[in-house]
Amino acid sequence: MSEVKRPIYLDYSATTPVDQRVADVMCSHLVMDGNFGNAASRSHAYGWEADEAIKQARKNVAGLVNADPREIVWTSGATESDNLAIKGVAHFYKKKGKHIVTCKTEHKAVLDSCRQLEREGYEITYLDPEDNGLIDLAKLEQALRDDTVLVSIMHVNNEIGVIQDIAAIGELTRARGILFHVDAAQSAGKIPIDLQQLKVDLMSFSAHKVYGPKGIGALYVRRKPRARIEAQMHGGGHERGMRSGTLATHQIVGMGEAFRIAKEEMATENDRILSLRNRLWNGFKEMEEVYLNGDLEQRVAGNLNVSFNYVEGESLIMAIKDLAVSSGSACTSASLEPSYVLRALGRNDELAHSSIRFSIGRYTTEQDIDETIRLLKTQVEKLRELSPLWDMYKEGIDLSTVQWAAH
Amino acid sequence: MSYSNKVLDHYENPRNVGSFEKTDTKVGTGMVGAPACGDVMKLQIKVNQEGVIEDARFKTYGCGSAIASSSLLTEWVKGKTLDQAREIKNTEIAEELELPPVKVHCSVLAEDAIKAAIEDYQSKNGDASDDTQQSA
Ligand SMILES: Cc1ncc(COP(=O)(O)O)c(C=O)c1O
Repeated sequence: MSEVKRPIYLDYSATTPVDQRVADVMCSHLVMDGNFGNAASRSHAYGWEADEAIKQARKNVAGLVNADPREIVWTSGATESDNLAIKGVAHFYKKKGKHIVTCKTEHKAVLDSCRQLEREGYEITYLDPEDNGLIDLAKLEQALRDDTVLVSIMHVNNEIGVIQDIAAIGELTRARGILFHVDAAQSAGKIPIDLQQLKVDLMSFSAHKVYGPKGIGALYVRRKPRARIEAQMHGGGHERGMRSGTLATHQIVGMGEAFRIAKEEMATENDRILSLRNRLWNGFKEMEEVYLNGDLEQRVAGNLNVSFNYVEGESLIMAIKDLAVSSGSACTSASLEPSYVLRALGRNDELAHSSIRFSIGRYTTEQDIDETIRLLKTQVEKLRELSPLWDMYKEGIDLSTVQWAAH
Repeated sequence: MSYSNKVLDHYENPRNVGSFEKTDTKVGTGMVGAPACGDVMKLQIKVNQEGVIEDARFKTYGCGSAIASSSLLTEWVKGKTLDQAREIKNTEIAEELELPPVKVHCSVLAEDAIKAAIEDYQSKNGDASDDTQQSA
């Protein structure tokens, strides 16, 4: 590794480093001396041992969310789980109905799966969230129809961290015999999930958001009452025919260990992360024209998404290059695209362009947070000195009334 | 996004940041862009009796390339006549700053800004000669 000081990592919602304990378990499932076998090999000990390790991992993943291990299907990540759940249900139940309800702030893996189904002749309703990012249950209920086969709503939003009321949504869908899929990539290991209580039929997980490796995930598929899906990947009939492909033992045991640790440490870890998050927000709150995106109460501990008004996001990212964070806008083309999630909350363009997502995790320290506050304060002030919009705001001009010269 | 050293230099040490009094007859102000597009540039020039730009100021809301384009432009226009300043092309700015293709629009905005500032100065001073028509 190079000598240069690396930026402070505050992008745990994008991905997490693999926990050393997880890496150790993974390493013991790779080489000749390790447990490298193909779990589908029934005729020798190498296969049996791999199968045993995978069984344990399945238990660990199921254990975190109080599910039955037989309800866990291994996938390559939450993207694949979302695809499998949505397309799998749509294709299996196409004779029953071709209508699906989801929300505009879902992850692209959900939205683009739905777009694909639209091209295949399905009808999708995309709900608008409220200004705080949460879904109004009455609006969701109104969107349900006789031909609705699936509702797909995420548990925790990846950009703004808000927690949807999946318990209440499950009551609505179950009562009408509609299947309910939840993308839990950002919530598993962060907030308690009890699938014995929740009326959720399918749930997507990813290992790399919970200190496990990238490229592995799982889909929970309920057995009672049974949810059926059509396979999207055909082959050797692994995972009870729902997802073929030789099981990636080292990845799977990594995910299992990561979920086992999460279950054990979630409560204490959350307290610590929440106090760091509050420290960060308290630091920012003192500044002028700072806005929190998404509800503060119904929010996962590690997420803070803030707009620093009158400062453009990309220049801010550049000014805080000692921090690894995400910007709500990506100025990669002539027409800069603000975050679709913030736009769906009804945030205006300036605020959407000036947003930064800070996500806090296992290795974040109090020192990191204090340094972040200090950096943001000085750099936002510097950029506002440069900003004609800040001057106009200070002169009391309402920017929404200004006629901008188009270019 | 990786930036050239020149962009980084202008971004970290922007030249001629600030404002002149808008109502001063020696001052021309150009404000271009829109917050919705992610960049707004305000460029001001101070013109002497010989029609030479003796000073310039800018403020920019936008990405690093937009800030660098306007900062560079304030350096370039100083000492130029209005006609010379109007000749500055966005391609020269893009070349000097080594802007990648997706950032060329920042230099276009800078060119628009200087033209708008010259136009403002000329309309204020009533010498809207024929050649101001073209700068729309
Ligand atoms: C909410 C959500 N869903 C799905 C994904 C995709 O997960 P994966 O990277 O495991 O495919 C992510 C992460 O990017 C996410 O945050």
